[in-house]
Amino acid sequence: MTLLVEQCLNGLQFGLLLFLLAAGLTLVFGIMDLVNLAHGSLYMLGAYFAATFAAWTGSFVLGALLALGATLLVGMAVEVVAMRRLYGRDHLDHVLGTFGLILFFDEAVRLLWGPEGLSLPLPPWLNTAVQILPGIYYSSYRLAIIVVTLAVAAFLYVLVMRTRIGMLIRAGASNREMVGALGVNIKLLYTLIFGLGAALAGLAGLMQAPILTVQIGMGENILILAFVITVIGGIGSIRGALVAALFVGFIDTLGRAFFPDLLRMALSTAAASTAAPALSSMLIYLLMAVVLVFKPEGLFSTGNK
Amino acid sequence: MTPAWNVRTATVVLLLTALPLVPVYTRLAHDPFLLTLFTRIVIMALAAVSLNLILGYGGMMSFGHAAYLGIGGYAVGMLAHEGIYSGLVQWPLALAASALFALVIGALSLRTRGVYFIMITLAFAQMAYYVVAGIARYGGDDGLTIYKRSQFFSPLDLSNKIQFYYLCLVLLYGVTYLVWRLVNSRFGMVVRGARSNEIRMRALGFPTYRYKLVCFVIAGTLCGLAGALLANHNDFISPATMYWTRSGDLIVMVVLGGMASPLGPWFGALVLLVLEEALSSITEYWQIILGPLLLLIVLFARGGIDGLLRTIGGKRA
Amino acid sequence: MHKALVTMGAALLLTASPAAAQNKSVKIGFVSTFSGPTAVIGNNMRDSFELALDHLGRKMGGLPVEVIYEDDQQKPDVGKQKTDKLIESDHVDFIVGYIWSNVLLASIKPAVDSKTFLITANAGPHEIAGELCSPYIFSTSWQNDQTPQAMGLYMNQKGVKSVFLIGPNYAAGKDMLAGVASTFKGKIVGQELTTWPSQLDFSAELAKAKAANPDAIFVFYPGKAGVQFLSQYAQAGLKGKIPLYTAFTIDELSLPLQKDLALGVPGAQEWVNDLPNEANKRFVADFIKKYPGKKPSFYGAQSYDAAMLIASAVTAVKGDLSDKEAVRKALERADFKSVRGKFRFGNNHIPIQDFYLQDVVKDANGDYVLKTVTTIVKDSQDNFHDKCPMK
Repeated sequence: MTLLVEQCLNGLQFGLLLFLLAAGLTLVFGIMDLVNLAHGSLYMLGAYFAATFAAWTGSFVLGALLALGATLLVGMAVEVVAMRRLYGRDHLDHVLGTFGLILFFDEAVRLLWGPEGLSLPLPPWLNTAVQILPGIYYSSYRLAIIVVTLAVAAFLYVLVMRTRIGMLIRAGASNREMVGALGVNIKLLYTLIFGLGAALAGLAGLMQAPILTVQIGMGENILILAFVITVIGGIGSIRGALVAALFVGFIDTLGRAFFPDLLRMALSTAAASTAAPALSSMLIYLLMAVVLVFKPEGLFSTGNK
Repeated sequence: MTPAWNVRTATVVLLLTALPLVPVYTRLAHDPFLLTLFTRIVIMALAAVSLNLILGYGGMMSFGHAAYLGIGGYAVGMLAHEGIYSGLVQWPLALAASALFALVIGALSLRTRGVYFIMITLAFAQMAYYVVAGIARYGGDDGLTIYKRSQFFSPLDLSNKIQFYYLCLVLLYGVTYLVWRLVNSRFGMVVRGARSNEIRMRALGFPTYRYKLVCFVIAGTLCGLAGALLANHNDFISPATMYWTRSGDLIVMVVLGGMASPLGPWFGALVLLVLEEALSSITEYWQIILGPLLLLIVLFARGGIDGLLRTIGGKRA
Repeated sequence: MHKALVTMGAALLLTASPAAAQNKSVKIGFVSTFSGPTAVIGNNMRDSFELALDHLGRKMGGLPVEVIYEDDQQKPDVGKQKTDKLIESDHVDFIVGYIWSNVLLASIKPAVDSKTFLITANAGPHEIAGELCSPYIFSTSWQNDQTPQAMGLYMNQKGVKSVFLIGPNYAAGKDMLAGVASTFKGKIVGQELTTWPSQLDFSAELAKAKAANPDAIFVFYPGKAGVQFLSQYAQAGLKGKIPLYTAFTIDELSLPLQKDLALGVPGAQEWVNDLPNEANKRFVADFIKKYPGKKPSFYGAQSYDAAMLIASAVTAVKGDLSDKEAVRKALERADFKSVRGKFRFGNNHIPIQDFYLQDVVKDANGDYVLKTVTTIVKDSQDNFHDKCPMK
């Protein structure tokens, strides 16, 4: 029982983290119709910035805030310099151009920070376990991630559903020309949305950094997961991204946790241990393929594509 | 004759004659590694030619083409691991497995359009990646060393590097010719027509879905052949061969060389791999140049290298 | 013209190139990880190898030494390509290095096929000790199972009755867990293998270990993964509740990041910085002098030994590396002063050696250091040497 609660919390934490990444992706994808493979690079940059700023300032929280601002700025700069020129091109161009950007960012990071990667140590108050239910202890840092991501999800909800910018975002996701016709400065709106997406990716990166390590290419694995979530959830749908992210988070964590024991009934320990993580990763792609075969535009399609 | 014709033709003729002479040069210069590099280039060019068939001519933006490299390779590797070394068993199986995989994923993927097609082909390739990564018997993530190369009738000996190079080269020439014939046949016209206007092709009475599926399966099968060659060349196969970034590399080769150009993938593979080898020994940071270069090609030089060669002489493509 | 080319080509196909003449230098290829989070290990190996060359006056048997370093990026396919390149393009006489068992396994075929001597300075997959042992492969480290075997013995001594095993899912991880299982007499209540090297989030595995409630947890996570594991072990609230026993998880390279989390966590090792022999004292002192702010590690010690081993063989054959048989015999004699004291090879070219228990303490300056506590096992030989056809 304790185990199940803990594994569910782990799944929730991972799912919410993926949501941060997918939210930015789905916004950019839905509104600007841009396939941005370089989203994972922004995730990586968030982690590098946080590690650097935390080391400078000596404070984890201050470092994280500075990193957030820095990724926002980099994101907007990337939009102005490169992405803007890709709008309206076909998706092959997007994939290639942003694949090029991945190479560029990976090498730029190698040049600036060296090939070895960094680490972002947690302050002692986050490096412990707290009692959440009688007898059940859980990592305080993972709890903090859950709280922060839920807050961000709520913020996004308010932003999208209750503000003028949100109205434009929603309008843009369902009818791009319409927004332009309303006399809105569409260029600026796009830059802001891209920056927002970058900051969300950066936040995901910097929060993962203490759990994983800060390294070149760290965005590549998780980027594909974020894409899967975006597609399952329906391109442009924040709500879809949240649901799909939780799905993927739970499948991944619970699969890793319980598959090995299931498989051990049929296979040797070594074979089961090798097969289990692969199977749970595969399940995610299987889920996507099934969703696409039956609902070719995702679960919560916004209906413009 | 226009000068453009000359520049491009000269390059093509040079390439076609220079490739068979590579072993002669490496022998004289005592540089067997150059032969290893060129064998890799030839094999990757073969894979890129197969991708060009669906991507360049068919407009099918598959982001999972590296899966066939892995499937072809693992067919060879797994059989070798089980003690079956005959190429006459391994290779047909590699091709059949690739064709079957292409048939299944093609049948499902071709129901989707645009970016969903990109994502679903990626998903299937990742599934294949995780399947082989999950089989402990064949090394899982660690990969599988192939201790004996595929065996054919004598005197063909794949462990002789020069013979192996010529085998790869002959296959590359053959497959390139095959693809060229294919796209210029009636079948190819339909596939190319479906790329530019699928609705019109369907209105004309062509079952475009079936045409595209056949095209997709042919491309997958040919890439499976490249996979069998690659496994023999490396004496090693690992899931990394089919990771999504490898599919990205293949797309880069096709676009860099020039899409829908018969020899474009050759240029792409050659330039990319030679640059990688040459630049990485000069500067570690060569990808910082390659990355923006790709972006620039996308933005300003859609024809890739082949398009550039046409333009150099002044004749617009 | 055309005919001439064809004739020339045919001739080239049939003739073999003549063997290289007398060596003018000793060329050594060094394959290790110099990028990514484990680059710190590769750099430590390179530093130690360079220090050994300094100690040798950068000459072996009177010949100048040339070393070419290649980065395997911790990937088997890349390691294999780099090994090919060193053999075919650089024509090296020896290849050294290899942190990772999976990279080594992918790379041995080209070395053995080309009869190039390969000395692994870390990786020790069971295959090279057993059925894949070769006259051209030597090790200055250990076979993977050996170190955890020593740890299993130590856990028996400590009266541990049940253990939960956690390690990475690659060639070495599987060997390590098998190693503990072979000597530990208590019950193994659970075993988890994690995706390597991408998975660094151990929450699911730690939760299961906690639920199994064992006497102890045994873990093997080299490099930064070891840092992550120790901190997540503390975050999961296990520190002070279930004791941890380790192999290759705490070393001089990870310790500056692990700090307090590593205090009192025992590990087994064949080399510790305070081993009382002259070669080791010189190695440790000169390392700290040459690389201020850095510390020697067991990875480095094994690389240092590899350089000394090669030097002993090159000297013994008087620089004539063309006689492979003579070089092999000279290497097998292992006629050099190892930093771990005595050093000899078994029939399979894996060292027969002692294993120590090491512990983390704070020294007078407040620095975290490793020190030898006791010798767990003497003259340990790997379990696979019987399967090696070389006698």
